[in-house]
Amino acid sequence: MDDSLRELYQEVILDHSRHPRHFGSMDHPTHSGEGYNPLCGDRVKIYLSVDKDDRIADIKFEGKGCAISQASASLMTDMLTGRTVAEAQKLMGGFLHLVKGEDAGELPADDRERLDVMAGVSAFPMRVKCATLAWHTMKSALEGGTAAKTE
Amino acid sequence: MTAPGKIAAAFDPAGVRKDFPILAREVYGKPLVYLDNGASAQKPNAVLDAMNDFASREYANVHRGVHYLSAVATDRYEAARETVRRFLNAGSVDEIVFTKGGTESINLVSYAFLAPRIQPGDEIVLTVMEHHSNIVPWHFLRERQGAVLKWVDVRDDGSLDVEALDAAITSKTKLVAVTHMSNVLGTVTPLKEIIARAHTKGAPVLIDGCQGVVHEPVDVRALDVDFYAFTGHKLYGPTGIGVLYAKAANLKTMRPFNGGGEMIREVSREKITYADTPARFEAGTPPIIESVGLAAAIDYLGTLDRAAVAAHEHDLLKYTRERLRELNWVRVIGDAPGKGAIISVETEGMHAHDVATILDREGVATRAGHHCAQPLMERFGVASTTRASFALYNTRAEADALIDALQKARKILG
Repeated sequence: MDDSLRELYQEVILDHSRHPRHFGSMDHPTHSGEGYNPLCGDRVKIYLSVDKDDRIADIKFEGKGCAISQASASLMTDMLTGRTVAEAQKLMGGFLHLVKGEDAGELPADDRERLDVMAGVSAFPMRVKCATLAWHTMKSALEGGTAAKTE
Repeated sequence: MTAPGKIAAAFDPAGVRKDFPILAREVYGKPLVYLDNGASAQKPNAVLDAMNDFASREYANVHRGVHYLSAVATDRYEAARETVRRFLNAGSVDEIVFTKGGTESINLVSYAFLAPRIQPGDEIVLTVMEHHSNIVPWHFLRERQGAVLKWVDVRDDGSLDVEALDAAITSKTKLVAVTHMSNVLGTVTPLKEIIARAHTKGAPVLIDGCQGVVHEPVDVRALDVDFYAFTGHKLYGPTGIGVLYAKAANLKTMRPFNGGGEMIREVSREKITYADTPARFEAGTPPIIESVGLAAAIDYLGTLDRAAVAAHEHDLLKYTRERLRELNWVRVIGDAPGKGAIISVETEGMHAHDVATILDREGVATRAGHHCAQPLMERFGVASTTRASFALYNTRAEADALIDALQKARKILG
């Protein structure tokens, strides 16, 4: 098989997409956001519970989409839960650099390692938007916006 | 050019591939299997050479200069209009408007013909399988002028229920806008019947022929169609040019759309008078080189036996459809009788974009997504599909490559 395909659809990605973590809705989120990719019609909703110490206590997401977008959303919820908003912002910035094949030097080594499963997306420019949809949505939810869009 | 009465050469699907240079290339080290013809078709040498020759030796702006090249270029541009007239069997070249594409052709009807005729509550009848280009211009009239959009459903097999369409047309119907061939389902609509029924009730009909004109001959006079819109680039011609056929009687009542050069007779500080049709609707420098390319594409089709081409495409459809039955995790959306060679599938447990990415790496170019037909996607309860759309140069071996690539996608993702 094509090496770049193997990297894109590696087992961890397929596992996240088949069994997404933190999938579902939340009754009283402190923040929420909705993302839409007009290219493919994929949608994602993100619900957040941010506590008084500015820490993300819980995240849920809902949506339908391709393996890349679902896995990316699932991985994101895993990684951001328990972090402060400031830490989350930094991680999100690093992730966006990573999937675009840019320098993601701001990521601590252990985060870089966990996110490495998504790095293969950079070889598929047409699919970068699939990977970033949930992250853009998270960003706009934290910033108090409602709708994110990847085009 | 094919002289009338000349006997066309028999159609040789393998031989015809040599006419399309891009088909010889590889992608990712694999032979290109181009099955995205519904989005845009590849160009034969006849088109590429005609455009290059014209630009190299005869090009200038049209209808302007008194110099030699301007006269030559004007002749070529107007000859292209005549080629299109003949292709559609229109009564006059004055009924052929060059636009920049199918979308502009439909928008022209919306702005120039329909908008001045719409009162709040007036109705526009369309089907759920229209492309966004035959939806959004009518939504504009809903938003701006209170027009009511009446949607006609398709049956589960994707065929159009003509009785339902008939029932939707009332005395308030100001236009019936229907596709000739669905870009997602491949459904071919019964144009003659639709037009006859609409006319019985006094409603004019616009046909979106972007897909349909590629696959079967169109005779606008036999159809008695009021407006027929199509684009050049799906017809093996260049991008940047489209056609609106409109009956002369309708064109004469239409208000100008774009304002500028070419479309006026006289301009003073106080007033303007307009050029005759079709020039009135061709403001600015038109797609001149593209018109030569479009005419070359039509002439190229004229060298082929179109019935044999249609039979070949039908064979590809039937063959691919049969082979897809081997894959019990694939659901074909749209199986209308007499449909054209477009196959949209939903793949169990696999998203269309993942599937199309893997097909792509096998060299198989397909389209994944909503295909600019979201109301139809909603009708069939799918967010997106993977679509293979065939052209005259595709082969059974390419259909096999599609099946193999789908199996590979299943192996990776399934």
